[in-house]
Amino acid sequence: MTDNVQSVGLPDERPPANTVGPIAWLRNNLFNSWYNAILTVLVLGLLASAIPPFANWLLIRAHGFDATSTVCRQDAGGACWGFISEKLRFIMFGMFPWDEQWRPLVTIGVFIALLVASCDRRFWKPWFGLVWAAGLALVAILMWGGVFGLTYVENTLWGGLPLTIILSVIGLAVAFPVSILLALGRRSNMPAVKVLCVTYIELIRGVPLISLLFMASVMLPLFLPNGVSIDKLLRAQIAFIMFAAAYMAEAIRGGLQAIPKGQYEAADGLGLGYWQKMRKIILPQALAVAIPPLVNTFISFFKDTSLVIIIGLYDLLGTAKAALSDPSWRGFYREAYLFIGVIYWIFCFSMSKYSQKLERDLNRGHRR
Amino acid sequence: MSQAMSQAAKPKHTLSGEEIIRCTGVNKWYGEFHVLKNINLSVQKGERIVVCGPSGSGKSTMIRCLNRLEEHQKGTIVIDKIELTNNLKNIELVRREVGMVFQHFNLFPHLTVLENCTLAPIWVRKMPKAEAEERAMSYLKRVRIAEQAKKYPGQLSGGQQQRVAIARSLCMSPKVMLFDEPTSALDPEMVKEVLDVMIGLAEDGMTMLCVTHEMGFAKSVADRVIFMDRGEIVEQDTPDAFFSNPKSDRTRLFLSQILNH
Repeated sequence: MTDNVQSVGLPDERPPANTVGPIAWLRNNLFNSWYNAILTVLVLGLLASAIPPFANWLLIRAHGFDATSTVCRQDAGGACWGFISEKLRFIMFGMFPWDEQWRPLVTIGVFIALLVASCDRRFWKPWFGLVWAAGLALVAILMWGGVFGLTYVENTLWGGLPLTIILSVIGLAVAFPVSILLALGRRSNMPAVKVLCVTYIELIRGVPLISLLFMASVMLPLFLPNGVSIDKLLRAQIAFIMFAAAYMAEAIRGGLQAIPKGQYEAADGLGLGYWQKMRKIILPQALAVAIPPLVNTFISFFKDTSLVIIIGLYDLLGTAKAALSDPSWRGFYREAYLFIGVIYWIFCFSMSKYSQKLERDLNRGHRR
Repeated sequence: MSQAMSQAAKPKHTLSGEEIIRCTGVNKWYGEFHVLKNINLSVQKGERIVVCGPSGSGKSTMIRCLNRLEEHQKGTIVIDKIELTNNLKNIELVRREVGMVFQHFNLFPHLTVLENCTLAPIWVRKMPKAEAEERAMSYLKRVRIAEQAKKYPGQLSGGQQQRVAIARSLCMSPKVMLFDEPTSALDPEMVKEVLDVMIGLAEDGMTMLCVTHEMGFAKSVADRVIFMDRGEIVEQDTPDAFFSNPKSDRTRLFLSQILNH
């Protein structure tokens, strides 16, 4: 009789022990099939053989920041962080006059402040352009000097992190609007505009950045009339802008193509002009779609600024290399490259993280 | 006589006799395909027209020519005394006065409902933001969706989105409204809420051209039904005459297909 009566008010029970907790996680993620089990064991073995020697070199047997090169050479089994403390200012600021090196330091601070502020969407207003202009003017005053009692420093003496940041930030900031125009031009109905933009993009994308930098530094002066010379840094900057614009234009074109035709028709139907339609309707959506490829371009261009070393500019990689040419510190390249590698990584990883956040924010509320 | 009865059954409505749309000998081709053949059409201010016909008959193409989302290749189209030619200035002037509602709503997904409605008044009509918002809210109230003003289109149902799209067009105070199959993409239970809004508009005297398969709407609201087939206007008449006494065989065939199922 009682068998047919449903028991009610059952207490909550814990799930079976083999479906939750660390053991279950291990089984589901690392050992869920025989080939995954083999892979797991192989990877663990690889890590076990790689990590201890590396940790040994990096930390355990390493010489501290006060070590001299003589001490380091006597016991070469560990990293020599004395190299970094000795050469830090040279790697960071290049040949900028020693007593004036607070100026590039403040420059780095100004750039980082501007970039961090720009990440906040509340500042995406026209007036923020003025903040950028003021920031860049401040950077120019700090780096060149010659006013307000600052001694004049030629830009051939600039180097290290400020040079890397100047080349990439100004390069990308100028290239971005240009690339939007190129992308729009490539999709234009006007044949002349279209041909011009397609030719430009395909021409620039078809050559390596190095050759463009060589052309800018070696060939361009040959074409200029006698007596006219463009600064080497400016030439490199222009080459970067041209190159970055072509690549970013293609990323943005991808975004433009993802916008349904109905959006164009609705904007047309309301009587919006071409530029209003692009600015208010199409580009906000297209750029949001284009964030991943755009950030990809940003990151690779930040690193590609290191190519200016071939035309004799000393960016972060260049100063690290130059620091190694000091006879007493020759051979400590692992420490040098690891150090600047970490700096590059911090910048690139921040860009990557921010772009993920931006993508999430822009997609909130309007999923299609 | 039937005509007199039909007029009596409808809300009081007299046409001004003032012409707002005139198409003369309009032809259009897609490549070799002749989509519109010699379309002649005159629409008076305040007139409500339903355009019907089998799919591929050119009805959508015809009304899309009226705000030049499609370009016609022969003939003239004059809207509110402005002729539609390649002149961009004229095209933009006409588009300000002609609202359009699409089958797939085409709301701007990155803007809120309110921003969707205020965008064109602010940027095209140069209206101050506060005034544009006030007007947008009054139209959103009218399509009974004011409480959703701060939401994004993606958060609304199809019927709600289409009502927002109608409000968005109305915010430009258009002289003519074009509807391109406004209920075809909607779930059945949402068709009525959109038709109710359209009927309300018609009662207020808006000049409307609707491409639709909603024959009930045609019967109760339209002053004139236009039947198109293979790119031509085959027949046009008052709804009563059109439904009870179609003149051509093609019309009769079409009506038997859509009414007897």
